[in-house]
Amino acid sequence: MTGPLIAMIAKLLTGASARWVDCQPDTCQRVYFANHTSHLDSLVIWSSLPGVIRNLTRPVAAKDYWGKTMLRRYVAGHFNALLIDRKDIKVHQSPVDLLLREIGSVNSLIVFPEGHRSAGTQIGAFKSGLYYLCKKRPDLEAVPVHLDNMNRILPRGEFLPVPLLSCITFGPPMWLETGEQKADFLDRARENLLRLKDA
Amino acid sequence: MISDPITWIFVAGVLLLLGVATTVGHFLKGQPESGLNPAMVQTFNRRIRAWWLLCSLVAAALFLPQSATVVLFGLLAFWALREFITLTPTRLSDHRTLFWVFILFTPLQFVLVGLGKYDLYSTLIPVYGLLFVTARVAFSGDPKRFLERTAKIQAGLVLCIYCLSLAPALLYLNIYSTADIRQLQELPQGADLVPQPYGKNPLLLFYFVFVVQMGDALQYLWGKILGRRVIAPAVSTTRTWEGMLAGSGSTALLGAALYWATPFNEWQAGCICLVIALAGFAGGMAMSAIKRDRGVQDYGTLVVGHGGVLDRIDSLCFAAPVFFLLTKTFFTLP
Repeated sequence: MTGPLIAMIAKLLTGASARWVDCQPDTCQRVYFANHTSHLDSLVIWSSLPGVIRNLTRPVAAKDYWGKTMLRRYVAGHFNALLIDRKDIKVHQSPVDLLLREIGSVNSLIVFPEGHRSAGTQIGAFKSGLYYLCKKRPDLEAVPVHLDNMNRILPRGEFLPVPLLSCITFGPPMWLETGEQKADFLDRARENLLRLKDA
Repeated sequence: MISDPITWIFVAGVLLLLGVATTVGHFLKGQPESGLNPAMVQTFNRRIRAWWLLCSLVAAALFLPQSATVVLFGLLAFWALREFITLTPTRLSDHRTLFWVFILFTPLQFVLVGLGKYDLYSTLIPVYGLLFVTARVAFSGDPKRFLERTAKIQAGLVLCIYCLSLAPALLYLNIYSTADIRQLQELPQGADLVPQPYGKNPLLLFYFVFVVQMGDALQYLWGKILGRRVIAPAVSTTRTWEGMLAGSGSTALLGAALYWATPFNEWQAGCICLVIALAGFAGGMAMSAIKRDRGVQDYGTLVVGHGGVLDRIDSLCFAAPVFFLLTKTFFTLP
């Protein structure tokens, strides 16, 4: 009950409208990767998925934000967030393994391969996590998700959102090609994401 | 109110007209070989849908308490402001100013309208909103393009919130016909037969919205038929002098023909409708200019998937203050 309510509030607050371009909502295991401009990103992408898929999808969110207060922890718990501590990443406990263990063979993930929020509308270089996810699980569909205007609804350093309108575009799925190099794959993923901006 | 036959006739007439328009639109959609531009048919159908929405909004005013109508208009204004600010480039340092604009000024304006506090709601946004926005942007510590930024936010606040809030404010006026006002002023104190106020304010609101929307349609229609001289090609390629004058003129005739629903007589209704049709046209021009500056076709396409509320109510935003002022000045007791 709380889940759909949180999704509804998130959609009303951010005026989010979802568009699926050359891609359909599906319950198969996916990694949704998006540009990161606001703390609300993971919540809003999760909220804009159809109910059935939403229940199967776990957004990766920053522990230092979503674990901070009671309310945030409560909301994060109800949108299935996987809280990752960005300061506490160790070699023997890589977050990629942790994520793959968490999703098992049913759940999908929402990740932000830029690593941290970009200040403006620029999309930064991708960190390698997305590549390792796809390398260890080549069956995962990587779906680019472009977020528009979220950085104005809750910019970095602000804690009160302004209820403007935003748009979420889901693009065509992609896979890691056999023998594709890390840099090539990450570039290709970033290109696919950038293309959604004008789609 | 609901038992009043005039209200029923008016509402039934509007519903009939909308029903006919919907049927025609549906028929045209199924006739691809009719020779009409399919994009035009689509625009027509989308407009009809928007009219249904707007008309149900004001029709609801006939049955709901006044405060519910104010809330509905408040939501409409809130959505319009959302579109306006989304379209307007603001700097990150304006974030907190915008927060107060949305969270404080927007609801407060409609609360004051709902309480009927004319002195407060007529000055809140034009005066105190302006002072607040200017000061808050200064406090943000970012002087870059200061006046431009404050002007943008203030324009959104006035056009979307203040102007639109004056439409439901009509519901709270004590409206008399001019003949009754003259009689009231001449009456000795304590007279027996005191003229009663008009009392059908929700119907007047319905009349206003209907006339403005018909003005839009007639200006567009006459522009298509007669349009030769485009007013400002860089702003809008479809708005012509002929469309403006013929459209507003025919709106005035329509408004005069419907005078029986209002406290006005035929001439007053005609003149008032002429003025609000012209104001509505001006609103369309102004919003077009903003859209062209931002390089978008519709407010709806800016954030894909949204209907573009502002595209539909731009004329209402400009006509509402004019209609409110005329009604308050000439048809209420001083």
